[in-house]
Amino acid sequence: MTNTITIDPVTRIEGHGKITIEINDDGDVTNAHFHVTQLRGFEKFSEGRPFREMPALMARICGICPVSHLVASAKACDELLAVRIPVTAVNLRKILNIAQMVQSHALSVFYLSAPDLMLGMDADPAKRNIFGMYEADPQLARNGVRLRQFGQQVIERLSGKRIHPNWVVAGGVSDPLTPEAREAILADIPEVKQITLDALKWFIPLIDQYREEIKVFANFPTMYMGLINPDGSLEHYDGVLRIIDADGNHVKDIDPRHYQESIGEAVEDHSFLKSPFYKPLGYPEGIYRVGPLARLNMATRAGTPLADEALKEYQSLDWEERQSSFYFHYTRLIEILYGIERIEELLNTPDILSTHVQSLANVNAAEGIGVSEAPRGTLLHHYKVDEYGGITWANLIIATGHNNMAMDRGVYQTAKRFVDGRKIEEGMLNRVEAVIRTFDPCLSCSTHAIGQMPLHIELKDQNGNVLDVLQRD
Amino acid sequence: MMPVKTFKIDGQDVSGREDETILEIARENDIFLPTLCNIAGLKPVGACRLCMVEVAGSNKLLPACATRVQEGMEVTTNSERLQKYRRMILEMLFVEGNHICSVCVANGHCELQWLAEKLGVDHTRLNYMFPAKEVDVSHYRYAIDHNRCILCTRCVRVCAEIEGAHTWDVSGRGIEAKVVTDLNTPWALSETCTECGKCVQVCPTGALFKKSRAVGEMVKDGQFLPYLKTMREVDNA
Repeated sequence: MTNTITIDPVTRIEGHGKITIEINDDGDVTNAHFHVTQLRGFEKFSEGRPFREMPALMARICGICPVSHLVASAKACDELLAVRIPVTAVNLRKILNIAQMVQSHALSVFYLSAPDLMLGMDADPAKRNIFGMYEADPQLARNGVRLRQFGQQVIERLSGKRIHPNWVVAGGVSDPLTPEAREAILADIPEVKQITLDALKWFIPLIDQYREEIKVFANFPTMYMGLINPDGSLEHYDGVLRIIDADGNHVKDIDPRHYQESIGEAVEDHSFLKSPFYKPLGYPEGIYRVGPLARLNMATRAGTPLADEALKEYQSLDWEERQSSFYFHYTRLIEILYGIERIEELLNTPDILSTHVQSLANVNAAEGIGVSEAPRGTLLHHYKVDEYGGITWANLIIATGHNNMAMDRGVYQTAKRFVDGRKIEEGMLNRVEAVIRTFDPCLSCSTHAIGQMPLHIELKDQNGNVLDVLQRD
Repeated sequence: MMPVKTFKIDGQDVSGREDETILEIARENDIFLPTLCNIAGLKPVGACRLCMVEVAGSNKLLPACATRVQEGMEVTTNSERLQKYRRMILEMLFVEGNHICSVCVANGHCELQWLAEKLGVDHTRLNYMFPAKEVDVSHYRYAIDHNRCILCTRCVRVCAEIEGAHTWDVSGRGIEAKVVTDLNTPWALSETCTECGKCVQVCPTGALFKKSRAVGEMVKDGQFLPYLKTMREVDNA
């Protein structure tokens, strides 16, 4: 007999997912899966559209990370134009992309995961949210909100709109940065830098309290993938697409134009989300992770002064320890710090107020691929167009997708350690959800959705009979 | 000298030349009437039926754009019945196309969107039809997205009446009707199109647009029309 616990929906994540945990007669966990239960279809309905619509159309994939899709899509469209875009436009896109990362990371750390970290995995679920956190530590909660606000305001000041801006277009950006917007952003920098340093001071001592979770929160050797500068510093817009192995050794720099030689996409029956893998190693051996953990495990340095120090402290942890996905939280905070410093640097580049921000051209190439680092990892948009610029085919590989295999295995690893089938407690199941939260998956992005947002955990026996169901609507 | 007619619109005394329409006189007097097919400078066709008005003594509703003024007529422009019909017309326009404002090139500059907002159409009581329609992006400078076309025929008229090319026309009937270039060839292959772009400028929605524009960037400018028309009349005189 196998019992299945179903957690549906998984809460405090972005999008709709469920977890199933199978348990044998002795109450031991025998298997567990993470299921993404929604389907969208952006790749299909973009067919026939003029390619210039793509950035704005693709931004609608997500309300949290629309900018990431704008940027990757616009980069793919730049390739269709086959032009070099003005340096100022590149830098403005970089600022926008990093601001997106800052606000998304702040959301993940403070709104979605900090309630677990601060109040405890077993805390009363009714309190285990940002409001409970606000009661426990108002300043920390406010700081989280402020950081997110900063990121969103940078986006608004650049593009005129916080969510779904249309400012990033094929060939550059539609409008130059105004001196007022630049001044306003720069004026906020010292405050948010300090907030982030304080957040790191809050987080680092917590690590000791979560040793048991760290051991099993998707803690296994995998490869990592992400954009990186050739000098080993962080990069989220340009750079090379690198894969390193589980020991930190360089495996390959992938030419984005030939990503299909290196990245395959496997399909599993239990999920609408595909499972990308590193082709030379095959499926499922070619498992890799992306996102802040991957980027910071690959980087030798961050590239900005404060983030360099913070990264050094993180690197003082053993390499083996840094394989735990629990450290996504830590690396997210370091990336926020890097992001704020980098925005400041970019705003101080000489031509940032230049009014030449768009290269004009018609379609000159039949195929375009755009790669950027979204908050959750490497994002890839790939389009083919007809001779007139109408989209004939599109493929999107979303950051969350790259982490699918690791999330699925992480759920099993955590369930095995914490879930006791004889007596199910809420805190056990919360840990299984918490491992998913470390990845900060954006499921609605990743399946590009038809469906609702409920979390459902089923406990099944060996014969597939459902013994217990935990349902949240 | 053309005779002048005096009459009432919504109880207000107004006057116009006998060759003028109720719509023209209403506009002269700042009385709002919704229109989509009508545009100053092109001949009225009375196609969209949004400017229907009530005239005392007639059970029929009359299109203000195509009804000449008459002595002593009493016109009502905004009764509950008219509002109901106008909203219904807009709802039907929305459900028979695929109007996704958020990703439309004309978002914020669209007459259909503006009218829906103005007349309080915030939902439809009819089911969306989600028709499969084409996008012709073959022209190097312009494109037409039939998903957004409301068949107002402004493009057809401006091309025939002002540009004199008559590239655009309507093919098919009823729900199958669509505007076509030449004999339903891709726009890029049209032998008559002069690439003047007037059709793009008069289109009330994002159906016709400049290809270099992204979401919300296509601001239509139909102001050239009255100018061209006046110049032509001066020449003819």
